Amino acid sequence: MIRSLLIPRRLVMLAIALAIVALVAIYGRWDWLANPKYQALIVRGIGNTLILLVLTMAIGMALAIPLGLAQAVGPWWLAMPARAFCSVIRGTPLLLQLFLLYYGIGSLFPGIPGLRESWAWPILRDAWYYAILGLSLSVAGYEGEVMRGAFKAVPHGQLEAARAMGMPRLTIFRRIWLPQALQRVLPTLGGETVLQLKATPLVAMITVVDIYAVASRVRSETLITYEPLMLLAVVYMAITGVIVLIFRWFEGRVPQRVA
Amino acid sequence: MSGALLASTLDLLALNPPGWGATLLWGLWHSVLIAAGAFALGLGIGILGAYGKLYGGPVTKDLLAIYTTVVRAVPELILILILYFAVTDAANQLLVALGREKMQISGVVAGVLVLGVVQGAYATEVLRGAILAVPSGQIEAARAMGMSPFLLARRVTLPLMLALALPGLANLWLIATKDTALLAVVGFAELTQATRQAASTTKAFFTFYAAAGVLYLGVSILSSVLFAWAERRARRGQRPVSG
Repeated sequence: MIRSLLIPRRLVMLAIALAIVALVAIYGRWDWLANPKYQALIVRGIGNTLILLVLTMAIGMALAIPLGLAQAVGPWWLAMPARAFCSVIRGTPLLLQLFLLYYGIGSLFPGIPGLRESWAWPILRDAWYYAILGLSLSVAGYEGEVMRGAFKAVPHGQLEAARAMGMPRLTIFRRIWLPQALQRVLPTLGGETVLQLKATPLVAMITVVDIYAVASRVRSETLITYEPLMLLAVVYMAITGVIVLIFRWFEGRVPQRVA
Repeated sequence: MSGALLASTLDLLALNPPGWGATLLWGLWHSVLIAAGAFALGLGIGILGAYGKLYGGPVTKDLLAIYTTVVRAVPELILILILYFAVTDAANQLLVALGREKMQISGVVAGVLVLGVVQGAYATEVLRGAILAVPSGQIEAARAMGMSPFLLARRVTLPLMLALALPGLANLWLIATKDTALLAVVGFAELTQATRQAASTTKAFFTFYAAAGVLYLGVSILSSVLFAWAERRARRGQRPVSG
């Protein structure tokens, strides 16, 4: 890794890159970073982005497993709705889905009598829950399709052997089918997690305060165009790097035989 | 009650001015136009990028690796903002340097440029994989026949890789149509922005967002059918893959 950077041309490119970074750091306007108000906002924004990412990936995967199973081996009355759900989620922009959930469905609630006085009202007005719901459904739609392929790709012999051992169906699913399917999707899942990270800034459009929303606020308050965007790009690239490393570690732990 | 609701919904979506149907369709047309332009530009960048990554010199390879890695690691929304301001800024500074007036770059052109650069990074990877999957014997045979590199690409590599690249390209096209929605953030009058206008003017949020969803879904279903047909056509005369 380090040695591959020490080739002369790469050293030259590295020097150019460092020079560009230095120029941006010196001539760019970074004084807003010293403002404690913005520092607190940035920390909160990054925290919210990470919470959104982890929570929606977890909820989405939990939904994707039954969706994939229904499409792979379910009866038609389960497979059809599951397939329709995946097509709708995958066929429309996430931004529109978020608008539909937050503004569309959110605008129907005030028409229901008695709801405004109930305990559920603060939750129904909070964009945060709509963001979690929208992003989770999006993960479920995309990963449902991935899990369908993974469930189908587990060799029949494995399931037949488990059945011959007299395992009940639920145990087969828990011990043989699901682990092997998950192992197959692990490399795909890393890429999908990066895609999900890149989808999270859309929640700023429905007033959730993630790191993107913080940068937008800095831009509109200080009238600085580029620097907050550059900070954003660096933050997202850093998180992407961490995701890639985590999944590489995960994949290294799963024993694999290459035929 | 439900009859009246249906009638008022149809009134809202009517094509003639009190209804907003025409605005939505106009937005859809802009979305498809931008997506098609960006896809074409991305394909052009992708072909050059794939050839550069496979056959280029070491510096070209490194630069292309940086391009594809950075573009794929940063959210499209942020790339669109950065590129949008950078492109308009650069164009205006060029115009000022040439002694002309500053101008407003048209939304469609900026959208195509910005999304095209994003699509180019993904297309580079898709096409690189497809070119690698072309049997090397075919390319070596063509080279042995004395074909020039350009003729070889046109007659052998590109037609053979098309069938392999089409599923990936279909995905990219669907991403392009959906990414046009992000241009609403910089205020382009594409489908999502038109929908947002219609919804906030009439307060019929649910109706309009659902209608736009149906339009996007229609585009994506139609494109899937067309790409399946194109793939069958590109595979003419090839042995079907077993399994």
